[in-house]
Amino acid sequence: MEFISQHPVLVASIIKIAVLLFIVMTALAYLTWLERKVIAHIQSRWGPYYVGAHGLLQPLADGLKFLFKEDVTPPVADKLVYTLAPFLALSLALSAIALIPFGPPNILIPGLGQQVFAITDINIGLLLVFAITSIGVYGVALAGWSSNSKYPLMGGLRSSAQMISYEVALTMSVVGVVLLAGTLRFNEIIAGPHGQSGYWLHFVPRWNIFPQIVGFLCYITSAFAETNRVPFDLPEAETELVAGFHTEYSSFKFAMFFMAEYANMITVACLATILFFGGWLSPFPDSWTWQKFLPGAGLVLMGIYCAYDTVSEMRGIARIQLAVVSLLCLAAGLICLVPSVATVILGTFWFTTKVLVILFVYIWIRGTLPRFRYDQLMSFGWKLLLPVSLANLVATAAWIAYGWVRHG
Amino acid sequence: MTTIETAAGPAEPMVLNMGPQHPSTHGVLRVILDLDGETVLKAKPVIGYLHTGIEKSCEAKTYSQCITLTDRIDYLAPLSNNLAFCLASEKLIGIEVPKRAQYIRVLLTELTRISSHLVWLGTHAIDLGAMSVFLYCFREREEIMKIYEYVSGQRMMTSYFRIGGLALEPPPGWLDRVERVVEAMPGHIDQYEELLTENRIWMARTKGVGYLSPDDAIAMAVSGPLLRASGVPYDVRKMFPYSSYEEFDFEVKTSGDCDSYARYKVRVAEMRESLKIIRQAMNKIPSEGPFRAEMPGIIPPSREEMKTSIEGLIYHFKIFTEGFAPPPGEVYQAVESPRGELGVFLASDGSAKPYRAKFRAPSFVNLQCLPKLCEGRLIADVVTCIGTTDIVLGEVDR
Repeated sequence: MEFISQHPVLVASIIKIAVLLFIVMTALAYLTWLERKVIAHIQSRWGPYYVGAHGLLQPLADGLKFLFKEDVTPPVADKLVYTLAPFLALSLALSAIALIPFGPPNILIPGLGQQVFAITDINIGLLLVFAITSIGVYGVALAGWSSNSKYPLMGGLRSSAQMISYEVALTMSVVGVVLLAGTLRFNEIIAGPHGQSGYWLHFVPRWNIFPQIVGFLCYITSAFAETNRVPFDLPEAETELVAGFHTEYSSFKFAMFFMAEYANMITVACLATILFFGGWLSPFPDSWTWQKFLPGAGLVLMGIYCAYDTVSEMRGIARIQLAVVSLLCLAAGLICLVPSVATVILGTFWFTTKVLVILFVYIWIRGTLPRFRYDQLMSFGWKLLLPVSLANLVATAAWIAYGWVRHG
Repeated sequence: MTTIETAAGPAEPMVLNMGPQHPSTHGVLRVILDLDGETVLKAKPVIGYLHTGIEKSCEAKTYSQCITLTDRIDYLAPLSNNLAFCLASEKLIGIEVPKRAQYIRVLLTELTRISSHLVWLGTHAIDLGAMSVFLYCFREREEIMKIYEYVSGQRMMTSYFRIGGLALEPPPGWLDRVERVVEAMPGHIDQYEELLTENRIWMARTKGVGYLSPDDAIAMAVSGPLLRASGVPYDVRKMFPYSSYEEFDFEVKTSGDCDSYARYKVRVAEMRESLKIIRQAMNKIPSEGPFRAEMPGIIPPSREEMKTSIEGLIYHFKIFTEGFAPPPGEVYQAVESPRGELGVFLASDGSAKPYRAKFRAPSFVNLQCLPKLCEGRLIADVVTCIGTTDIVLGEVDR
């Protein structure tokens, strides 16, 4: 106890890292499940259905399968770099999430005092996230190079070129937001003096998406490219380069690349939420006090639906599994309905909801669009996205300089 | 080996083996690519990984037995192969097939064309990253497969067309099932078109890619949608009608753009034309009538006759033990398969087995234009070009 009271920051950080890592890893796993389910329903299929009720244990089964697969290292590969690359990719992808604020700051937690709802809240948060994600390209490039094989080489080359090109547009597209907010600290971009709290015309939330719609479109497009997602999934274009930069990887090293990709998806979705959709702010006015019961009510409803499904659809072991899920949902929902808890988690609830919506759009796009060709991708990035985001930047700057928005 | 000039002096191109195990070579095609970066300098298709010796096997089987082998040539359009072989045999012997059987054959081969084009569209789309179209196409193909199964008892290796007509009387109510598919199909095709036709990315990936001039196409004996997309209105169904195609009203769809997008448009238009033909055939097919010709000693007698008359029993026994012997001679009969002109050449020496059976496989002939289509372009275009030629490796290697 003495140690805790002497080093509150250290202890709090370790706890937060442990909790966040657990949550993020679970989220990664279930993001793959969600993707498969959503894509399947777009394509009039069922998706995972057999491992657990509605395939709910599928991520676990996948993870176990990866663990037990033989880990093949090609004899001609550069062993050190080959082993290092997936670690680099995953650790960088995960560390970017450390800076994301999942809820409002100044939450009072008994024993640890005032805490921010993030592992750390630093004044150059946005810059640091971009710095970390831009090192992420090394994981891909090194993997492609060290495999000493042709398809990975081409995948690695494509990926490096693509990620470096689109990073320029990605960064440029958010500078407009930074100009509006006048800060790089996430919590101030959300709710600082020039943040996104408040309303236009009493009902339109002051989110940056409205003044920065061009910036948002540029951002989301570059983000698709940055995370190698359809329609920009050239580095791992399955039908051209077999599996791109991770062709030679197997077992858990492959799983690490996979997780890194999904972690990056979560990161850019979180960034989009923070920068353009008001982060953890609620879309409703504070005077609507009933909204704090939304998360609890949602969970309870989900629990009831699961219970209904358990009784009406499920058979055998799936019935027990879904019953457990239903009970968990109901219990969590009831806890969230306790007023003091409800107040604490409200910000996180809105944040998560917004992130989920953006992730859904990601998956939706994947089910809809074909893939660009390499040269088309490059010309799209350099000739269209970059000029548009620069123009947006200039327009925003002029707007602020002439005082058309509230600033200073 | 060609050399490339680089900043560091002349260098050798990178040689990339695409296939035979590769997600988008549509089977076991192997293409040896000489690459300068992402640019293809030279492409050389290597075939033979699926060689099954069907032509040679035919020489050891009676004419009726060969039909089961033809199913396996172009496994996406088994009925077209059945039809080509049956027509050739009938020409050799000189059998007049009853009109009812002819119309049913037309209807089923046009269904086959739709199902084959569906597979083409789906695989081509997934090659270019449009994943959902693939599954939608297979969903509709499944309905056509169910009709095959209902009519012939088999989903893929149907062997439904026999020399002189059909294997069986189609089951009652089969036309209602066809009706249901034909009813729903235009809407489904609209759905694919909605996802692809005006899609900017799809257009960017296919327009101008895989250019094949009409002169080159003719010089390389390319046929089918590939040829028609280069502006040459050649269609065996119109030029040399068989199986009463002259009685049907349909258009030969062509396009002058000569690229992958044109081929996409032509194939989609062909699906709609096939639906038109199926509709006409449904109206023409008489509900009663013989489903195969009568020619004792060559065409098996009906079950009833086999059970009740001594001649019937003898013919039945002879046909199924030693086959029948057509007069000596040679015939060539072509049909318009979904992939192009599928020709069957049969040489008979007067015995019960063909002296030589040769299949002019459209995939095999069309594949020669692949280097022409993709040299000088990017790797991603190679995938488009393989997809757009619509090859079936079973047919290429036979």
